[in-house]
Amino acid sequence: MKIQILGGGCPNCKKLADAAKEAAGELGIEFEIEKVTDINDIISYGVMMTPALVIDGEVKVAGKVPSVEVLKRLFL
Amino acid sequence: MNWKKEGQSLLIVVAIFLACFYLPLESERFENALFEALALTKWYAREHVLLCLVPAFFIAGAIAVFVKKESVMKYLGANAPKALAYGVASVSGSILAVCSCTVLPLFAGIYRMGAGLGPACSFLYSGPAINVLAIVLTAVVLGPEMGVARAVGAVLFSVVIGLAMHFIFIGEERRRHAARTAMPEPEISRPLWQNALYFASMVGILVFANWGKPRESGGLWMIIYNSKWIMTSLFALGFALILGLWFHIRWWKLGIVTIIIAFLAVLFRETPMIPFAAGFVGLSILTAPRQDETGEWFNQSWGFARQILPLLLFGVLIAGLLLGRPGKEGLIPSGWVASSVGGNSLRANFFASFAGAFMYFATLTEVPILQGLLGAGMGKGPALALLLAGPALSLPNMLVIRSVLGTKKTVVFVALVIMMATFTGIVYGSLF
Repeated sequence: MKIQILGGGCPNCKKLADAAKEAAGELGIEFEIEKVTDINDIISYGVMMTPALVIDGEVKVAGKVPSVEVLKRLFL
Repeated sequence: MNWKKEGQSLLIVVAIFLACFYLPLESERFENALFEALALTKWYAREHVLLCLVPAFFIAGAIAVFVKKESVMKYLGANAPKALAYGVASVSGSILAVCSCTVLPLFAGIYRMGAGLGPACSFLYSGPAINVLAIVLTAVVLGPEMGVARAVGAVLFSVVIGLAMHFIFIGEERRRHAARTAMPEPEISRPLWQNALYFASMVGILVFANWGKPRESGGLWMIIYNSKWIMTSLFALGFALILGLWFHIRWWKLGIVTIIIAFLAVLFRETPMIPFAAGFVGLSILTAPRQDETGEWFNQSWGFARQILPLLLFGVLIAGLLLGRPGKEGLIPSGWVASSVGGNSLRANFFASFAGAFMYFATLTEVPILQGLLGAGMGKGPALALLLAGPALSLPNMLVIRSVLGTKKTVVFVALVIMMATFTGIVYGSLF
């Protein structure tokens, strides 16, 4: 599965990336993670509030860092 | 050896070496400046961190968690009425943009997917100036009138700049089509009035704990000043009630914390800072281990603190080193400051706006820098001009804005910001 983290590089984006890695790791999902930092690319996903989490091209989270437990449910 | 990669490090090493080699330790001015840097840092640590910044971090964290941004963005969407969009864009920075790094994506989003160029520019201009942390620190350090002027100036002129941008580029605006938005539905939590009371109690604690001693004795301000800790305690008790009633914190835990704080308050009657700090330690212990939204609240608050405090420490040290405390001199002679931005001339205001627009200020560091400049003889008008042009724009910021708007609109926007800031500075400087 493809995980993308959208955000200009503020600390929350890093936190979201770490949490997503942890959640996917605990579930034993194979994934590749990509950081999208360019503002125009972020906007092209329809996201205004960073950090955002995109799973397989679909925006799942915008504007906050959910807990690992919540992320796990999103991955399933 | 990879020269492209290593060359930069080498340059930095050489620069640091040269700086150390020629360190002007013997010069009296440098010695004074070092002392001033540390003295200013000490003053901040004593006066502003516990009473002002710590509660402000908790408020900023609460805004990040409990304010449903989706409900605000509704008014900035593609279908929102235009007049409403300008109004919301100019004030919503205070709750949407707690962290300066969120301003740019929101700006780009409002421009591309939402209400368009005008409201986007309004938001970009006012957002960084009216977030809670910036207003609180400005009002406490630089005086309430500067805090209010900053907020009011930013809001008023953001609408003017937004409208100007809209009408300058009205042709392109007509052809624009809003892109699709992905806005996850907000989950419903507690009713709005409960959230409002929750925020009000925290703001109450912040305001009364920082109530400054009025210049003249007697009158209402003095009465409030004398009872500021009673007021703070009342708000804190109300806050504890709210946490127990609506935020599912166990009553017996709240009770223990309250009793400990009350005990400390009686024991250390002369230093209210001790029970005040204990209150926040208690709040952290109650919220930090939780998995629900209150745990998230603590996490966000801590996130802001971790992100902003190091920058602020660095900013205060540099400001102290270069400019000294009010009335004392740092490395830069006061005469230079007074001659370039002293008084309230058009030139001084323009210079301050121009410099502010291009200079990069890390979150909140504009406050100690400005404090130093004011102490060294900067006029109040130019100071406000710098505050208005400064945080909204910087050279790296402009590059991102340019990638969203294109060169022409960016140049017009920057020019408008500098003009507006200059103008507001002159008006403010002639009033105060």
